[in-house]
Amino acid sequence: MERSLRDKKAICFFVIPALLWFAAIALVPIFQSTYYSFLKWDGITASKFIGLENYINLFQDQLFLKSIVNSLILAASSVFIQLPVSMVLALVLASGIKGENAYRTIYFIPVIISSTIIAQLWMKVYHPTYGLLNSVLGMFGLDQFKSAWLANSSTALAAVFIPMIWQYVGYHMLLFYSAAKSIVPEIFEAARVDGANDRQIALKIIIPQIVPMIKACVIFAVIGSLKSFDLIYVLTRGGPLHSTEVPTMLMYTEIFSKNQYGYASGIAIFIIIECLVLTLIIQQIFKKRQEA
Amino acid sequence: MKLKTYKKKPRIVRSVILIIVAVIQLFPLYWMLTFSLKGNNEIFGGNILGLPKDWRWDNYANVFNQTNIPKYLMNSIIVTAITIVFTLLLSAMVTYAIVRLKWFLSKTVYILFLVGMMLPIHAVLLPLFVNLKPVMNTYAALILPYVAFAMPLSILIMVGSLEGIPRELEEAAFIDGANIYKIFFNIIMPLLSPTMATVAILTFLSSWNEMMLAVTFISNESFKTITTGVLDMVGKYSTKWGLIGAGLVVATIPTIIMYILLSDNVQKSLAAGAVKG
Repeated sequence: MERSLRDKKAICFFVIPALLWFAAIALVPIFQSTYYSFLKWDGITASKFIGLENYINLFQDQLFLKSIVNSLILAASSVFIQLPVSMVLALVLASGIKGENAYRTIYFIPVIISSTIIAQLWMKVYHPTYGLLNSVLGMFGLDQFKSAWLANSSTALAAVFIPMIWQYVGYHMLLFYSAAKSIVPEIFEAARVDGANDRQIALKIIIPQIVPMIKACVIFAVIGSLKSFDLIYVLTRGGPLHSTEVPTMLMYTEIFSKNQYGYASGIAIFIIIECLVLTLIIQQIFKKRQEA
Repeated sequence: MKLKTYKKKPRIVRSVILIIVAVIQLFPLYWMLTFSLKGNNEIFGGNILGLPKDWRWDNYANVFNQTNIPKYLMNSIIVTAITIVFTLLLSAMVTYAIVRLKWFLSKTVYILFLVGMMLPIHAVLLPLFVNLKPVMNTYAALILPYVAFAMPLSILIMVGSLEGIPRELEEAAFIDGANIYKIFFNIIMPLLSPTMATVAILTFLSSWNEMMLAVTFISNESFKTITTGVLDMVGKYSTKWGLIGAGLVVATIPTIIMYILLSDNVQKSLAAGAVKG
């Protein structure tokens, strides 16, 4: 048996197909992206090596800086609005309430529906004349608040962020919930004997116990926001007047509308680095907290 | 963890919170259902919020007669099914090699796949667009990247699971003279099948819903998947809300069916995927 487990032919048979596939489609392109980011290249004519010029230009590009700010606003709203809502729901559900499973299942439905469909639906919600939102406002006599939500550059950003946050509340709820459910029940019984009420149990026992999951969710929420593309692509394409521009959308426009392959690759590499750096920062913050 | 001692009042507050959120999560979807059954005269004639007065089931018939939605759905099913099969098979093979076989690069290969988990698909959009030119507008243009980007998480989950499975069965089979390939296909694959269900669900959701590659790599009507197809349909019939609504509902049905059948499993899988990730 020992000999067959070292059989080179068998090892190749099991590893090579997946490894080749993965290297060709995922790893090699990362190096290509990095290389492209040092080029001035339109994808058609010959490329020219320009070193860091794309990166220098990026940081002087007001649009790019704005897109980063927008994605950070989204990340912050995810962390400070979406996660707390998910946490409250998870804690309430985990405390054992009638219809626990039904609620969980309902909250989770938007998560599994494709973002194109979610986006189309919200497009209709925001429709200026026949949309759900303006109709509801009209019903309550609040006509003065009606707006062309997606076409108005002062409301568009909030209008595209709301569905994003709405869609994934259930996802984080589920993660918090399953973490809370995996705490040994004896701890709660002991706390209860000591006279703790539900709120104390939630704040003093559950939340400290699920810090690793909170950290994971913060990372998911932030990374997910930095990479967000689908809903913005469908709802506004970064408009009106670039008010909803995010880095991924900008990269897409640079590639497919402006043929700025080198510049766009600079954005791609920036997104990877930004995600890595923020992940590390979040991990450091949590580490400090735990030590403190 | 059932906590039984409740005071009445907080319980009502809690239920109210839960119900309000449930309504917020469901209302847009409910609204989509209602307008999918209305005609334009109702939608544009003031009945925006209510139930349809005249139930226009023909909107659904028209989705099948007039739009390409059935074709798009078929394409999505083909792409997703092939993606799942390759992801499961290739990931299981690598997993077996990493966990059971003895070779000195085993750890390195594993780490390589794990690094891949942190790569956003967006970062390779352009290189893939360049490299995959020859297969643009075929199923392969989507299947190749979907499998590549599904493998890291699948391998991670499968490695975790195979490490927990004792080796006795395999050892017995070796003694009975089975070779390594037989052992993999007849023993390891069946042992991994519960984990494979998890991986299949995760892969289904990620490839069925993927949008960025789907909109850039496929422009040929006959290969479009549902994510792109829906955008096209909306563009083409922009004023027929009823038809669009019905199209959106039809496009959602496969996911909803899967969710209804496997709801607990889907939730567990996503939780598992997240914990590992």
